Amino acid sequence: MGLLDRLTGRTSSGDPLADDLRAVLSADRVRMDGAERALMAKDASVFGGGVAGPTCFPTSTAEVQAIMRVAAEHDSPIVPRGAGTGLAGGAIPLGAPIVISLQKMNRILDVDEANRVAWVEPGVINLDLSNQLRPRGFHFAPDPSSQSVCTLGGNVANNSGGPHCLAYGVTDAHILAVEVVLPDGEVVMLGGIDAEPSGLDLRGAFVGGEGTLGIATRIAVRLTKNPPAVRTLLLSFASVRDAAQTVSDVIAAGIVPAALEVMDQRITVAVENFVGAGYPTDAAAVLLAEIEGLDAGVDIDAGRIDEIGRANGATEVRRAQSDEERELLWKGRKTAFGAIAQMAPDYYLHDTVVPRSALADVLEQVYEIADRHDVVVMNVFHAGDGNLHPLLLFDAREQGTLDRVHAAGAEILRASLDAGGVLSGEHGVGVEKQRFMGELFTDADMGHQNRLRRGFDPVCRSNPGKVLPEGHSCADIQQLRAVPTGVWG
Amino acid sequence: MSSLAVADPVLLDFAADVGPEGRVAVAGGRTRWGLGGELRSDTRVLAAPTGIVAYAASEMTVQVRAGTPVAELDAALAEHGQRCALPARGGTVGGAVAVGENVVDQLGRGRLRDAVLQVRYVSAEGDVVTGGGPVVKNVTGYNLPKLMTGSLGTLGLLVELILRTNPIPAASRWLAAEDVDPAAVEAALYAPGAVLWDGATTWVLLEGHGPDLASESNKLASFGVFTEVDGPPELPPHRWSLTPEEAADFSRGAFVSSIGVGTVWADSAQKSLPDGPGVAAVAARIKKNFDPTGRLNPGRTAGC
Repeated sequence: MGLLDRLTGRTSSGDPLADDLRAVLSADRVRMDGAERALMAKDASVFGGGVAGPTCFPTSTAEVQAIMRVAAEHDSPIVPRGAGTGLAGGAIPLGAPIVISLQKMNRILDVDEANRVAWVEPGVINLDLSNQLRPRGFHFAPDPSSQSVCTLGGNVANNSGGPHCLAYGVTDAHILAVEVVLPDGEVVMLGGIDAEPSGLDLRGAFVGGEGTLGIATRIAVRLTKNPPAVRTLLLSFASVRDAAQTVSDVIAAGIVPAALEVMDQRITVAVENFVGAGYPTDAAAVLLAEIEGLDAGVDIDAGRIDEIGRANGATEVRRAQSDEERELLWKGRKTAFGAIAQMAPDYYLHDTVVPRSALADVLEQVYEIADRHDVVVMNVFHAGDGNLHPLLLFDAREQGTLDRVHAAGAEILRASLDAGGVLSGEHGVGVEKQRFMGELFTDADMGHQNRLRRGFDPVCRSNPGKVLPEGHSCADIQQLRAVPTGVWG
Repeated sequence: MSSLAVADPVLLDFAADVGPEGRVAVAGGRTRWGLGGELRSDTRVLAAPTGIVAYAASEMTVQVRAGTPVAELDAALAEHGQRCALPARGGTVGGAVAVGENVVDQLGRGRLRDAVLQVRYVSAEGDVVTGGGPVVKNVTGYNLPKLMTGSLGTLGLLVELILRTNPIPAASRWLAAEDVDPAAVEAALYAPGAVLWDGATTWVLLEGHGPDLASESNKLASFGVFTEVDGPPELPPHRWSLTPEEAADFSRGAFVSSIGVGTVWADSAQKSLPDGPGVAAVAARIKKNFDPTGRLNPGRTAGC
């Protein structure tokens, strides 16, 4: 007998889990219809195989806690969900879990300038927060390309990055405290807005947990001062290698720009057709460099980047002359992924990191690998961090294409690891890279990651089947995928 | 798989010393030895291996064994015009990371925990375990570097770190003035390295390109008469963790507040509140998962 039955004496509708969820939320905020479940079965990644259980739309910490307790009572897994923009399949529901959408928890609760902190709910959109803060002299530094739609809860779960994380650090460096509903239903505050919260850094362990450690319900984010001066440069090159070498040399010269982004010619052509950002389409690659700081320093650093670029064969160095020109250059960069829709119906965006000195060599391998697998690759990436984003274009309707894309992707990952890199810089592991984890970590290393995971979630309730590969607990993917479609319908 | 296993014989020898059983701890420079409670007296105390393994100045990363003195690391970095976020007070790299306290000029150098890219530690089972990765941006797997930083060696014994380094600014200058509003000073400056205040005097560390230091100094002149000084003041021994607002309003005994940060160095100890039951339960489970027999740094608890 479900909780609702016990509370109301009413007869259940035939699905005890849904009935109990409706008892703790309102009926209209527990959705089980086919359209909703089809939507929740996917995210922005190319991965399928998800089966959503009931989808819940809580509006408070207490409601998230109540859902988690219902999940515990029914021994049901849960998966938290923000905007569903993740590219590693982290939000794909495995094991027909209760999908907990945080999109209705979207309030900015408090902006505390004296303590340089804002308290927000997890459904607040990244760009909305910065737009609210900018007039007050602050912003939230991490700026993923999806920032106009992605949520801060998702940013916390994925430890998201963005172009400006080169100078300011990724999400983790900007999260001071997180209120979390743990998989056992306890509500805890991890970290704090004081300078050095005592105890284990459970806040730091939680950020980037990909929804497997619990659900963030309130987040304290650090406010970053707006820079007094910004200089934006666009450097054109006759080869991708020259652009990559310029990036390595800028870093080696001790300059830390706010952003260093490289786009190859295929991308600039697509962007020009799409938004007309003013990129030179005859250059093999462009480097978008931004320097933030005080007036004199930004000019000194811009001058040095100009020199380093020319020493590496830059064919043109252009400085944005106005805020409008600067914004247009950035609009081109941030809409790059939308722009490629005109080239092919589907794309697979990869995410690896290599040492910055290895950028040029690994990029050459990326083009060679894609050619060999007969896949079109474009490159637009956070060069300053060594964070590559090879973009593989394909048409999923063509038989066998996706297999070639996956084969090329696997080789790109291995080339990055061989160069001393890692599997993911900002997208996470999700279901995408589990099977490669054993190529970066030993069994003992992954066993220790699992010890962390099980400290938060001893019963594998939260987002099972993610991050760690099969053979580790909470990762029995075959069993999770065995739940037949339609079991809830 | 075997190619991934740690091969450095120095690390493996240390792991063999730690072994799979018996109470064990690592001493660094013992500069913060009393933190987290008293070590059980029947504990074997080891020293971590020393030495800089690899320093890629152009990558701004350094791989260093845990027993290396911070001063030695600082000297090596300075030769290439770089620095890191570890406090220099006579201790070791591993000790600094195990304690996790930030430098006095945190506004300029950043938090220590954000600089720890990869950790290697010897587990309670006596294995060398790696967490994180060697590059400056990485979200591959769970964040063991964060969990280890500040854990006081209670989850694993640090043996090697990869740390992020940063360029030393082209110019820097400490200035001090009496009777100015330190919070207003911090708010007016764009990126000071530090703003410190002892209730009467305000110290400011300006860093950056020379011409910018001049303009920021001019900005300071509107608050009061700032004169150049050699460096920060002597810091009282006890460390308080407060909000920036509380630190700017501190008034107990002799103290130095870090404005805009919230750390206060005082002549009395802060009364720390115990973790709530939920947080304590997670911390206890993690401790049990990593060190089931309680052999690592017995008697100590992170956060006491």
